Amino acid sequence: MKRNEDLLVIKDLKKHFKINRKETLKAVDGISFTIKKGETLGLVGESGCGKSTVGRTITQIYQPTSGEILFDNENVHAKFSKAELKKKKRDMQMIFQDPYSSLNPRMTVMEIISEGLLIHAPNTSEKEREQQVNELLELVGLNKNHSGRYPHEFSGGQRQRIGIARALAVNPQFIVADEPIAALDVSIQAQIVNLLKTLQEEKGLTYLFIAHDLSMVKYISDRIAVMYLGKIVELTESENLYENPMHPYSEALLSAIPLPDPHLERSRVQILLKDDVPSPIDIPSGCRFHTRCPKAMDVCSKLDPAFVERQPGHFVACHLYDEELMAREK
Amino acid sequence: MKENILDVENLHVSFKTRNGAITAVRGVSFSLKKGETLAIVGESGSGKSVTAKSIMRLLPKHSTVIPQGEIKFEGRDLLDLPLKDMQKVRGSEISMVFQDPMSSLNPTMKIGKQIMEGLQKHQTLTKSVARQRALEMLELVGIPNAEKRLDAYPHQFSGGMRQRVVIAMALACIPKVLIADEPTTALDVTIQAQILRLMKDLQEKMDTAIVLITHDLGVVANMADKVAVMYAGEVVEYGTLDEIFYETQHPYTLGLLGSMPNLNAKRSEPLIPIPGSPPDLATLGTGCPIAARCPYTMAVCHDYHPRKTELSESHSVLCWLQDSRTPKNHAPETVGSAQ
Repeated sequence: MKRNEDLLVIKDLKKHFKINRKETLKAVDGISFTIKKGETLGLVGESGCGKSTVGRTITQIYQPTSGEILFDNENVHAKFSKAELKKKKRDMQMIFQDPYSSLNPRMTVMEIISEGLLIHAPNTSEKEREQQVNELLELVGLNKNHSGRYPHEFSGGQRQRIGIARALAVNPQFIVADEPIAALDVSIQAQIVNLLKTLQEEKGLTYLFIAHDLSMVKYISDRIAVMYLGKIVELTESENLYENPMHPYSEALLSAIPLPDPHLERSRVQILLKDDVPSPIDIPSGCRFHTRCPKAMDVCSKLDPAFVERQPGHFVACHLYDEELMAREK
Repeated sequence: MKENILDVENLHVSFKTRNGAITAVRGVSFSLKKGETLAIVGESGSGKSVTAKSIMRLLPKHSTVIPQGEIKFEGRDLLDLPLKDMQKVRGSEISMVFQDPMSSLNPTMKIGKQIMEGLQKHQTLTKSVARQRALEMLELVGIPNAEKRLDAYPHQFSGGMRQRVVIAMALACIPKVLIADEPTTALDVTIQAQILRLMKDLQEKMDTAIVLITHDLGVVANMADKVAVMYAGEVVEYGTLDEIFYETQHPYTLGLLGSMPNLNAKRSEPLIPIPGSPPDLATLGTGCPIAARCPYTMAVCHDYHPRKTELSESHSVLCWLQDSRTPKNHAPETVGSAQ
């Protein structure tokens, strides 16, 4: 498996939910991006921006409304036989946010982790399976004495480790981690982020790391995509996003993070966005951020900005960087 | 010097369970002056919410035992107050904002009425005056179209707006102390920034003292004047904001600071997590509860509980490293700079 090869290609993906006869909730409204083999893409945005829907559409929990998802050059939502589909699903696994509701309380850790093995490798003997589960537990920092226990006997961080072991059990290439650290304490968050990083190095995994705040994402992502109301507004290398954010929404998101440094906190000027995120059922015209944007111009409410590569590898959807249009505006 | 408005002195709280008593708060002391903000920081299970609830006396009576300690509010010990008098304090002189705005509002009641309820209970106001005051409060917390929104139900508000309503309710009687238990944890970062700014503005206007409970050191840096770091039911380090962040003395506080992401750090620098997880309060030994997770553990830490060391008038720490008998080449300065 070579690096620099695209593992996942998303083309103009849309996922709309019908609310009733008149209204549709446009959770994901036309996004495109690629993830290379061995890379981590961070997907960041506030609640309701559609980031979890993207993850769930990729892992085939949802069917897309339109658009294409190519995994290893094959469309994952094309018609497959059951056996082919099973193989496809094995390559993609998911880690969920809430380590309390994502583990079946009536199953032991052994049963939880070996369930995937039973489905995808039914021919292994029970002994082999046990062996594999024990290895997995070791890998995520637990030990084999834990395998007979039930989820309620573990702390939040330990449960998240069980969730990670379950995802790794079937040897996937690609993992969608949907806010895996949001429910954990700060000191434990760092443990899980470090664990995910080590596993990636050891197994050459590719991650889509979904998060709602920008502070932790940086430590794990190679590139970061910022989502707002169903669209990606900015996509770039992760360090570049922090040093040189181009979209006004990314700037505001970054400035809203409270920093654990009182001197810095006192001296910096925060960009406060007014109001709340508009409803994804009734998306504003033109640029969907114009209702809250501190730099909004007249054109923003009329014209939807295109998602364009403004600097090498730095994509942004904002009229401010459209020189032609800015010249005309003046 | 302003006088202390709230003094918590050596507070202990334990809960009766089937397997014996569990002590969730063990000897917590802090004080608060008018208009000041004290942040209580700690991980889940460190006893920060229990401390807050015992100030409000909101803990279940049948299972809670408070064997020791005092909570002095303007000279009166709240723990000795008859229930009737306590009810007068609650909501009018000390009030509370909780983490989840949806579960702290009544879903079947219009929000105007919910704000008026407290006002009418504590002050003799006619309905129309109370309604006027509720309207002013809604405008104060920045709810657009306040006149109309008085008659809306909680489900018609977004999370951030609900938290504004809860703050309006808590501040309606202009309390002297506001206890905010993780007020922004359930909110998005941009909304969190709005709510924190709002709380600061209102604090300036009303000269309210705030006890802010949080696990986020970023929020602490933004809001607090004083900080109490809690671990396993104890305040392990207590000091002014600058003392906690720049003259950090306790290994646990250092660990918390080290595991926080730093926006200016390079991506390749790893985070330094605190190993292990918090101890089970039911099986605490005689030693320091952090000993198993602490990088500077000495032999004494496993068997003897550390004593409080006063480093300055405002800064104290609960750690053997700071004890006068400990050789000083153990000082944990290296971790501070690695952070």
